[in-house]
Parts: sequence; C-alpha cells; structure tokens
Amino acid sequence: MKRKVIVAALASAGLLMLGSAQAATEIQWWHSMGGALGERVKAIAAKFNASQKDYTVVPVYKGSYPVSMTAAIAAFRAKNPPHIVQVYEVGTATMMAAKGAIVPVAKVMKDSGEKFNPKAYLPTVTGYYTDMKGNMLSLPFNSSTALFYINKDAFKKAGLEPVAPKTWKELRAVAEKLKAAGQQCVYTTSWPSWVHIENFSAWHNVPIGTLQNGMGGLGTKFEFNSPLHVRHIQMLADMAKQGLFVYAGRTSQGDAKFAGGECAMFTGSASAIGGIKKAGKVDWSVNFLPYHDDVKGAPQNSIIGGASLWVMAGKPKADYKGVAKFLAFLSLPDTQVEWHTGTGYVPITMAAYEQTRASGFYAKNPGFDMAVKELTYKAPTANSKGLRFGNFVQIRDVIKEELEAAFSGKKTAKAALDDAVKRGDEILRKFQAANK
Amino acid sequence: MEKRVVFRSAWLPYLLVAPQIAITVVFFFWPAVQAIWYSFLLQDAFGLKTQFVGLQNFVTLFHDPHYLQSFKITAVFSVLVAGSGIVISLVLAAMADRVIRGALAYKTLLIWPYAVAPAIAGVLWAFMFAPSIGIVTYALKKMGVDWNWVVNGEQAMLLVVIAAVWNQISYNFLFFLAGLQSIPRSLIEAAAIDGAGPTRRFWSIVLPLLSPTTFFLLVINIVYAFFATFGVIDATTQGGPAGATQILVYKVFYDGVKAGDLGGSSAQSVVLMFIVITLTVIQFRFIERRVQY
Repeated sequence: MKRKVIVAALASAGLLMLGSAQAATEIQWWHSMGGALGERVKAIAAKFNASQKDYTVVPVYKGSYPVSMTAAIAAFRAKNPPHIVQVYEVGTATMMAAKGAIVPVAKVMKDSGEKFNPKAYLPTVTGYYTDMKGNMLSLPFNSSTALFYINKDAFKKAGLEPVAPKTWKELRAVAEKLKAAGQQCVYTTSWPSWVHIENFSAWHNVPIGTLQNGMGGLGTKFEFNSPLHVRHIQMLADMAKQGLFVYAGRTSQGDAKFAGGECAMFTGSASAIGGIKKAGKVDWSVNFLPYHDDVKGAPQNSIIGGASLWVMAGKPKADYKGVAKFLAFLSLPDTQVEWHTGTGYVPITMAAYEQTRASGFYAKNPGFDMAVKELTYKAPTANSKGLRFGNFVQIRDVIKEELEAAFSGKKTAKAALDDAVKRGDEILRKFQAANK
Repeated sequence: MEKRVVFRSAWLPYLLVAPQIAITVVFFFWPAVQAIWYSFLLQDAFGLKTQFVGLQNFVTLFHDPHYLQSFKITAVFSVLVAGSGIVISLVLAAMADRVIRGALAYKTLLIWPYAVAPAIAGVLWAFMFAPSIGIVTYALKKMGVDWNWVVNGEQAMLLVVIAAVWNQISYNFLFFLAGLQSIPRSLIEAAAIDGAGPTRRFWSIVLPLLSPTTFFLLVINIVYAFFATFGVIDATTQGGPAGATQILVYKVFYDGVKAGDLGGSSAQSVVLMFIVITLTVIQFRFIERRVQY
C-alpha cells in the first residue's frame, strides 16, 4: 500500500516535471502552513507562477515550525537547501548568526535589481528581521501579535457590561465577579512566554534583555526578572490559585478553550480570530492587551509573532533572480491584502493596510485591524522593536518551564523568573561561544 | 559431547555474517563514534563554525541541575513502567492461561495494543485525558478531581506511564503466556495433590519457573522505558510541565534536534550509552548467577 502511494507520487512528480519542461527554474519554498493556511500558500504560489514564465515556485509543507527549521538546517548541512524557508520568529537570531548559510533579503533584492524600498514596510514588523545597519535580513511573511479576547455572553450572564477591562487591575476585579457568578474558566492564555514575558515587556516599555533586547549583539543578558515582571507573574500565579486563571499549555491550547466557550477571557494570537469565527460559539470582542496602569509610558506597542522567509545560500546564482521576483510579488499590496483578509495575519506594508481599510473590510470585519493598531500604537522604542536572542527556541521553553513552576505554585514568581534568567543566560553564553 | 558444524570454506562464514556486521557498523558503531567525537565539540546549528572544547560539554551538563533532575525522573519513570508493566501483564497472563472458553479472543485482544505505534498510543491517551476536551477528564471532573496534566507534574507523569505501559503490556503478556504454558502440568498437579492451594502453587512453583522470562522482560522493559518511550512523551507532554516528564532520551532529542545544540546533545547520548552499558553488564552478571533456567 505504502509502496503504491510512493510510486504514484513519484510518477505524478515526474509528470509535473515533464509538464514544466519549458526550462522554468524551480524555486523550492519550504513552509509550515498547514490546513487552510496551506491552501492560501499554494494559491499565492500558483498566482505567481501564472504571472510569469521563467520561474516556478514549489511550496512544500515541511511540518511544524521547529520541524521545517530543523529540516532546512539538515538540508544545508547535506548541501542541498531549499531556496526559501519559512522560519518562526524565535529562530531569527539563530538564522541571522548563520552567515554563509543565508543570504540577506536586502542583498537578494539589490543583486537582482528588483525594486525594493524597506521604508514601505511596517516598522514594528520589519524591525524584528532587520540588522542594526538597517538591512532587512528576512522577509516577514505571516505576522500576528498578542491580543485580548472576551466572551460577551459570559460577561452579560454575570451581570457585567460586555466591555473588555483595560488594565490588569480591572481584569482581576471582573474575574472575581465572573467567578462569583459561576464561571468555571475565567481567564486563560495561549503562548505564555510570548504573551506574558515578550509582549508584556514591549507593551510596558521595559527591556527583556540588555543591548536592546539582544539586537545590539551576542553579549546580551536577560532582564525579565524585574520587579514589574515578578509582580505580573505573581499576580497570575495568585489568580491561578484562586481559580481565576487556568493554565492551558505551552502553545495555542488556550485558543480552543476560548473558541469553545469554556473561558470568558483569553489572551492569544491575532490569528486565533479565524478559529473563533469558525467555531461560531461565542459572541466575542477583540481588544488591546491589558496593562498595569501605574507603569509610566504603558501601553507602548506590542511585538509580532509568526514567521519570516529566509533565503538560503548555496543555490545557483541565476536562481536568486527568481527568488527576488517572488519576494517582490509577495510584497505587492494585492498579494498582501488577500493574505491579510484571508488569514487574519497583519499586512506587512503600510500600502496594503491602507488599501484594506479603503475597501471597507475593517468596517465589516471588526477586529481585523486591532493587531496593526496595537503594533503601531506608539513609535517603537529599544524595548518594543522586537527581540533577538540566540537559541531562543530553547530559551523560550526554559521560560515556559519556569512559568509552569510558578503557576503550579511550586516556586514563587521571583524564584521562577530568577531561575529562568539564570538558565537563559547560560544558553545565551553558549550561543555566543559557538558563534564567536 | 558438543556438536560442531565446521564450514569447509574459510571465507564463507565471514561472508554470511558480513551483512549483519555491515548493518551494525553503519547504524550502530559509526553513529556512536560520531556522537563521542561531537561531544567534544562546540558547533553552531548549521555546522559553519566548529571548536574543540574538550570536556566542556560534560562539565556544563553535570553542573546543570535540570540534567541531574532528569536522571531522577528517568529512574522513577523506568521503575514505574517496567514494574507495573510486568505485574499487570503477569496477572493478565495467569488469568488468560486459565480461560477455557474463547481463549483465542481474549489473547488476541490482549496482544492488540502492541500493533499500535508508541506515538499513536501517546496521542490516543492524550486525547482521552486532554485537560479541556478529554472524555476521562470529563468523568474525573464529575468526580471532583481537578485533572490538568498541563500544569500538574504528577498527573503528567501518570499519563505518560499509563500510555507507555499500555503499549508494552501485550509484549510482556505474550512472553508470560508462553512461559506459563511451558511449565509442566505434572509439577503443578503434584503440588496440588500435596495440598497446595492456587496461591501457594503460584508463589512456590509458577513464579520461580517463570524467573528467566521475568528477568528477560525486566531487561527489555527497562530498555523500552529508557529509549522507546520517546514517542509517547513527544506526542503528549513533550517533557513538561516544568520538566516533570523530561526523561534523558527526550532531552537528547530536544537539545540536539529541536534546539540545534549538537555538542550538548552528543555529550548526553554518550552518558546515556555508558548508563546502558553498565546496566547491561550488571544484568548479565545477575542472569548468570541468579536465574534458574
């Protein structure tokens, strides 16, 4: 059975190759967009392929983010990398340090003479993927940010005005009322480190680490054990103890708890909107993240999550012209508008955002512009441009582990964050030593 | 008198074992040697920069309290998996051995789980016990148990142990059943005539005669708990929460494959290799002395 499938796959691949025997150069694009998002990716590639004859972009679904990143690294070691690979934001510093394995997007565009204006992109989005000299290293593809959702029905049931609390103080007061009214799961979150450490820091304009959150060099050290961070995590731990906060897991598990109507309040990715709409179980609203109102300058702006496209080195020179053409195609307002309105991810250029607004899409689909609004709430500072830490894949898991220890009451917030900083610094030093 | 088969040709025996030797060298020795070599290196994920760092990777490892914690977790996990796996399957085998009607159906059903891949077993159990949608969770909540292994370490451990044991019971069951059936009826009948009850017969006759099987299974189950349960953990807890189910082999995979730290991961596999060599040596000494064949 398996063999038959393989034979069939090979045969059809062979046919495809015969079909495109017009010497169109193939561009391999490895991505991690499964399901409906994967269909969108295929549609984009098909549109590009139809728009010209010289290049064929072949999108290949390589599995989850860590899997496709690992696959690309292994392929590079085996000297057969794809042209383009989609890497999630936490892998950014690792990719960036791999000089010789990647080609900066700015260079790809310049070498092939493709029109490219870095200023056209949203600064909070590209800032994440740009080096200190202002060169864009990878092209943002799917970017979201952390947002705050409420279940209006649950609010009404508890006799509350169905308006989202703006501050954590208000949220806690509302949470107590919801609990008293019999709400089982009051508040939950997806992506605990991304929401409660990374975005939390940017939103309150406090550093995650030294040297502009690591953007200034490999010698960065973590600073997310400040009194403000400790206070926030301790508050969550206390809420967990009182039954006001339910820990859902390390990734997007919180999405389902909210979409299914189990939890009344939820912080998660902007891309959760799609799932919530599709489930259609709750009357919801999406809002800015809550903040601590006694912190000066808060709220600032939030930072992105998602992934960007990296161009790998080691392919025939002529191929890069096609890569540049494709990246330029991806940045076109039409492509961006389609991607943005179809998926909920933010558009990466100002032009695409304006075009979407002008089309009246936001009036019909409230909430879709919330991510862009939050990302651009204020001009980004050194603390809110993004972050760049080596081996952050590993470090983020360390942070989640320590948060779990705090939320389950095994450690105090202070001890957990101190340990997370200590362990994180050790990993940073190792990365620094390996990339001297 | 010993029976000896002698090949007439000098090279034929070597030729016959050559494929096996080749497989062993390519898939076992070569990677093992590479692991040892890499454990002395510090390398970035892409292999662009490599430095020789001597024993640095090992020093870092043994200064990491989480690595030491992982030892403890692995010990607890293996004892639980091997222990409960053996006991449960022995009970099942003893009962299946006595069944007369429909024995084949019982046996088939008991062997069934072995056909399920560990990762799938993990997903299966994770679904049933999922904190918000699991059917068992629902039942537990009704009984007033706050089941959330995403944050509760003990519950997470319980879940991976259940999934791992369930997957292995069939294998143990098969061997125990075969072992039970090879015990001469005459011995048991003789004991019965002498007035020994079923319990007494089990403890004094059946169990000692099963000791080679039990011992063999102990070795296999510990190896299973050490290495093959990796799929179960990856599919359910991924080592969490707060490292509560982070067994050694999972950490090797995580650091090497997911985190791209080949040096640290190789150092861990070298340590693991030594643990297994030591365990095997101890076990074989033990076999020769204690077990009655």
